[in-house]
Amino acid sequence: MIGIVVRRLGGALPIMLIVSLLTFGMIHLIPGDPAIAIAGLSATPEQIANIRHDLGLDQPILGQLWRWYANLAIGDLGRSLLLGQPVVHVMLQRLPVTLALSAYALILTLLVGLISGIAAALRQNTWVDQAAMVFAMLGISLPNFYLGLLMIILFAVDLRWLPTGGYIAFTTDPLGWLATSTMPAISQALLLAGLLARITRSTMLEVLRQDYIRTARAKGLPNRRVVLKHALANALIPITTVVGIIVSLLISGSVVTETLFSIPGVGQVLTQAVLNRDYPMVQGGLLVTTALLVLVNILVDVCYALLDPRVRYDGA
Amino acid sequence: MAPEDIRQSPLKLTLRRLLHHRLFLLGLGLVSIVAIAALLAPWIAPVDPNKLAMRFKFRPPDGDFVFGTDNFGRSLWSRVIWGARLSMFIGSAVVLINAVCGTAIGAAAGYFRRLDNILMRFNDALMAFPAVLLAIGVTAVLGPSVNDVIIALGIVYTPRTARIVRSSVIVLREMEYVQAAVAAGAGHWRILRRHILPNAMAPLIVQLSFLFAYAVLTEATLSFLGVGAVPPTPTWGNIMAEGRQYMIDAPWIIAIPGIALMITVLGLNLLGDGLRDVLDPRLRIQS
Repeated sequence: MIGIVVRRLGGALPIMLIVSLLTFGMIHLIPGDPAIAIAGLSATPEQIANIRHDLGLDQPILGQLWRWYANLAIGDLGRSLLLGQPVVHVMLQRLPVTLALSAYALILTLLVGLISGIAAALRQNTWVDQAAMVFAMLGISLPNFYLGLLMIILFAVDLRWLPTGGYIAFTTDPLGWLATSTMPAISQALLLAGLLARITRSTMLEVLRQDYIRTARAKGLPNRRVVLKHALANALIPITTVVGIIVSLLISGSVVTETLFSIPGVGQVLTQAVLNRDYPMVQGGLLVTTALLVLVNILVDVCYALLDPRVRYDGA
Repeated sequence: MAPEDIRQSPLKLTLRRLLHHRLFLLGLGLVSIVAIAALLAPWIAPVDPNKLAMRFKFRPPDGDFVFGTDNFGRSLWSRVIWGARLSMFIGSAVVLINAVCGTAIGAAAGYFRRLDNILMRFNDALMAFPAVLLAIGVTAVLGPSVNDVIIALGIVYTPRTARIVRSSVIVLREMEYVQAAVAAGAGHWRILRRHILPNAMAPLIVQLSFLFAYAVLTEATLSFLGVGAVPPTPTWGNIMAEGRQYMIDAPWIIAIPGIALMITVLGLNLLGDGLRDVLDPRLRIQS
C-alpha cells in the first residue's frame, strides 16, 4: 500500500511541475505589457514601474522563474493586488468555506446518485428506471447557475424558507451554515447526482450480468444479500474513480455557485481576481486548487487499491 | 447480427441503427430546432438584438413581444435567437479545434512512442486544472471576447480529446493490418491517415458530440460570470447575468434563455448518447 502511495506521489510530481510552470507563464502570455494591463490605461509611468518591480517583471525571465520556485518552496505565492494580502492567507481563509460546501454537496451527490442509480439498475426497464434516467439526463443538461437562480426564486423569494445568499461558518452557527449552504449545495449536487446515477446504473447492470451473481442466486442467497454483498461491493470499485471527477467538478462549479450565492470561498475570490486583473491571485488560486485536486485523485487511487485487491497486487 | 445487416455497408448500417434510436432522434430534433433558428436568425429575428427601446422595457411575453423584453426594452426573442447563433458558432469552433488539435496530439502521442511521455505529461498537467477555473484563467490572460472564449475552451478540452485519440491509436498501432502496412514499407503519414485514424473515428465522434454540449454550457457559464463575451453581446449567459437583478419582477429574462440553453445541452447529450450506443457501445460504461 505504501508503494502505491509513493508511486502515485511520484507520478504527480512532474504534473505539478508542469502545472506550476504553466501558472508562472500565464502572466507572460498577456498580450502587450502585463504591468500596463494590470495598472490600466490611465496609470502613470511610476505606477506601472512599481507594479513591474513588485511582480518582478523587470528581471530576466530565468530570474523570475528562479524567484517563482524559490517563493513556492517557502509557501509564498505573492500578494493579491486587489485585497492587499498574501495570496496564501487569502486561500487559507477561503478554502475551508469551499471545502465545507463541496463536502456537503458531495454527500448529497453520493446519496442521490447512488440510490437512484442502484434503484434504476435493479428495476431495469420499469418506470423507476425511466424516471431515474430522465432525472439524470435533465441533471446533466441543466446549468448549475440556472438551477441556482430558479431555487432562489422559489425557496428564498416566494416561500422564504432559505436566505437568498451569504454565508455563516459552521463553527459560528451550525444551523446558520446549514441554512446558507443548502441551496448552493443542492444546486451543485443535483447535477452531479445525474452523472453519478448514470454511471452507477450502467456499472451495476454490468456486474449483475456476471457469472458469480448468477451463482450466488443459484445458491439460494436472499436477493438483498446478492445485491449488497456481491453486486454493490464490486460495482463500487469503478464508481470510486468517478468520485475524483465529481470533486473536480464541484471545485470547478464552486466558481459559479459562490458568485451566485455570495459565498466568500475560493471560487468567488478567483472570479473577482479575474474581473479585476489581480494576476498574482489568479496564479496562486489556480495553483492551490489544482494541487488540491491532484491530492484528491491520489487519495481516490489509494481508495481504489484498498477496495480492489487486484490493484494492490499489481502495484505491490 | 441479422442477415440484412451483413448485406449493408457499415455507413448504411450505422445510419439505420441511428434512425431506430429513439433518444438519438429526440436529440437530433432538439438540436436541429436550435441550429435552424440560429441559421435563420437574420430572417426570423430581424430586430437588432442590441436595439434599445426604453418605452418597452420589462414587457412580459405577449403578442407583440413573443419572449418579452429586458430592462432596456430589447427584444428577448431577438437576443435569444442571436444567442443561439453565438452558442452554435462557439460550440462548432471548439469542436473543430478539438478535432484538429486533439487528433494531431493524440495520434502523435499514441503512434510515436518517443513523443508519448512528453506530450502526455503536458496533457495530464492541463487536465489537472479544474475545467472552468482553467477557462477563466485563460480568459483572464487573453481578455473577454468571443474569440478568446473559443481559444480558452479549446485549450481546456483539447487534452481530453487527445487522450481519447491516443488510447485508440495505441491499440490500433499493434493491429496486424498496421504491422502488414509497416512491413510493406508504408510511411508513417500514410499508415496514420489510411489505416489508423479512420478506425479511431468512432470514439472521437462520440467525444466531440459530448464536447459540443460542454462547450455551450461552459461558454454560458463564463458569460454569466462576466468573464466571457463582453455585454451587450447577446449570449445566453450574458442575458441571464443581466436579468439576474430583475429576476423577481421579470423572471422571463432568465427563464427563457435558461430553457433554450437546457434544450440545446439536453439535445446534444441525447445525440451523444445515441452516437455512443451505435458507434461504440463499449464506452457506455465509461461515460
